[in-house]
Amino acid sequence: MPGLEDLYREIILDHHRNPRNRGELAPPASHAVGHNPLCGDEIDVYLDVTDGVVSDVKVGGQGCSISQSSASMMSQAVKGKPVDEVRALVRRFKGMMSIPDEDGNPIEPDPSVKLGDLEALQGVVKFPVRIKCATLAWNTLLEALEQR
Amino acid sequence: MTNAQLDVAAIKAQFPLLQRELNGAPLVYLDSANTSQKPQSVIDAMSTFMEQSYAPINRSAYQLASEATDAYEGARTKVQRFINARRDREVVFTKNATESLNLVAHSWGRANLREGDVVVLTQMEHHANIVPWHMLVQEKGIQLRWVPLTADGQLDLTTLPQLLDGAKAFSFTAMSNVLGTITPVQQLCAAAHDAGAIAIVDGCQYVPHNVTDVQAWGADFLAFSSHKMCGPSGVGVLWGRESLLDAMPPFLGGGNMIADVRFDGFTTAELPAKFEAGTPPIIEVVGLGAAIDFLDGIGMASIRAHEAHMAALAIATLTERFGDDIQLHGSTDTEVRGATFSFAFRGIHPHDLSQVLDQRNVCVRAGHHCAKPLMRLMGVNATARASFYLYNDEHDIDVLADALDGATDIFGF
Repeated sequence: MPGLEDLYREIILDHHRNPRNRGELAPPASHAVGHNPLCGDEIDVYLDVTDGVVSDVKVGGQGCSISQSSASMMSQAVKGKPVDEVRALVRRFKGMMSIPDEDGNPIEPDPSVKLGDLEALQGVVKFPVRIKCATLAWNTLLEALEQR
Repeated sequence: MTNAQLDVAAIKAQFPLLQRELNGAPLVYLDSANTSQKPQSVIDAMSTFMEQSYAPINRSAYQLASEATDAYEGARTKVQRFINARRDREVVFTKNATESLNLVAHSWGRANLREGDVVVLTQMEHHANIVPWHMLVQEKGIQLRWVPLTADGQLDLTTLPQLLDGAKAFSFTAMSNVLGTITPVQQLCAAAHDAGAIAIVDGCQYVPHNVTDVQAWGADFLAFSSHKMCGPSGVGVLWGRESLLDAMPPFLGGGNMIADVRFDGFTTAELPAKFEAGTPPIIEVVGLGAAIDFLDGIGMASIRAHEAHMAALAIATLTERFGDDIQLHGSTDTEVRGATFSFAFRGIHPHDLSQVLDQRNVCVRAGHHCAKPLMRLMGVNATARASFYLYNDEHDIDVLADALDGATDIFGF
C-alpha cells in the first residue's frame, strides 16, 4: 500500500488549510459548478477573461483536502495566464493524473508546460479513487471556459 | 460490559475474507451497511450447486433441471419463512432492493396512480426509494410529500395524519442507512392503511439485522437485498401482498413471465413467475437460501441484541474518547437505532478520514450514502459511516477509535 505521505504532501495540506482565491465573481464572470457524484462534493469556479487572459479566478464549494487543495493550486496556476496556456496546463495536469485524451490515448507530457507546485499532486495517482477528487476543479474550470 | 449474545469469534471464523490480512494486519470491516461479507456456508452452497446441480429452472424435464428448480424454489420457501410471509408465491426474486422498489413504483404505480395522486416518503430515504417516485412525478404528475425528521434523526410523526390524508402510498425505510434509525414499521403501516394508502417498506438495512414479520407489520410490500445479509450480490427480494401482486401488470416482459404469447398479444404467468422475466440469478438465489440458513442458525433476535450492544458500546467509547470532537448523527437510544453510525470528526473531510482509517485496515464508507436530500437537510455534503454486523466485536470499536486518533496526526487539528 502506498504511504499517506505520497498523498498528503505538506504543500497540499497547506492549500487545504489556507485555500487561495476563495470567493465568488459577479457576472459577467462565467461560473460553473462541478459535482463529484460519488462523494457529493461540489466545487464552484468563477472566471473573468479579459483580452484572452484569465484576469481573475475564484473558487467556492466544499470538498476533501485533495479536491480543495487541487482547486486552490489550480486557481493560482491559471490566474494571469492566456486561455490557450490554461488549456495546455489542464491537459498536462490530466496527463499527470493518468487521464487519457479524447481518443482514449495517454497524454504525453508537454515539457514546455510547467506544473510547478502542482507536481505535489502527483502522488494522487497511487490512490486511484482520489483522482476524481484532484481533477474535479480542473474539469469545472474547463466548463467555465466553455461558457464564455 | 460483556456480550453474552453471540460468540463473535466463532462467527468471524466462518468468514474467509475476515481472516485475510492486509499489509500484515487484520481487516476491520465496518462497511456492512454497504455490503456484507460472506460465510463459508454460502460460498460452499453456491460452489456445490454449480458443481453438482446447476441447470435451467422451470423449463426442462430432465432430472438435473428438476434438482436445480428444487434448489431455487427451496430458497423461495426459506425467504417466505424468514420474513413470515403467508405464501411463497408472494416472494419475487429481483436483482436487488433497488429493482424491487422500482418494480413497485413502475408496476403498481403505473396501474394505480394518476395525476395529482399523493405518495408519501420520509426525509431519510435512500435514492432507491426516491428516484423511482420522482420518475412518476415526471411521467404522471403525481405529488410527493415528505415525513420530516426530529433533531435526533427519528421520524417526526406529529403531522403524519395530515401528510397521509388522501395519499395512495406510503413508502418508507425500516432502518436508515445513514442515521441507523429504526422506524416504527407496524405503526407506520397502520397509519397508511387508516388513510387508505398502501404501505411499502424498504427493508434493505433492517432485514439483515432484525426479526422480520411482514404479517405482524401489516405491510403491503417489502424490498431487500441478499448482499447485505451475508448472501451474494445480484439477487434481491420483493415480497408483496398476494392480492396486490395478482392485480398488478407485469414489470419486465420476456421468458418465464408468460402463460401464452401470440402474434397479437400475451397473457402473464401466475405469481411469482409473472415478475421473474428471463433467466433469474439461479446460483445467487441458492446462495441467498444458504445465507438465510446461516442467519437462522444464529438467530435474528440474537443478532439484533448483539448489534444493540455494539451500538451502545460504540456510542460510549467514541464519546468518552473524543467528546465534542466527534459528532454521531442520529439517536443515542439503542431501542430505536441499529449499529450504523454516520459521523463527523474534528472537521476532517470524510474522504480524507476514510483514507487515513484505511492505513489501519479500517474499512468505512465516506460519501453521501445515496441519500443526498437527507445530506442537504443535515447541512453536509458527505459523512463517514461505520456500520457493524454480527462478525464485528468490541475490539473493532477500539481499533476504529485508535485509527481516528491517528487521523488527527496528519491533519493536525
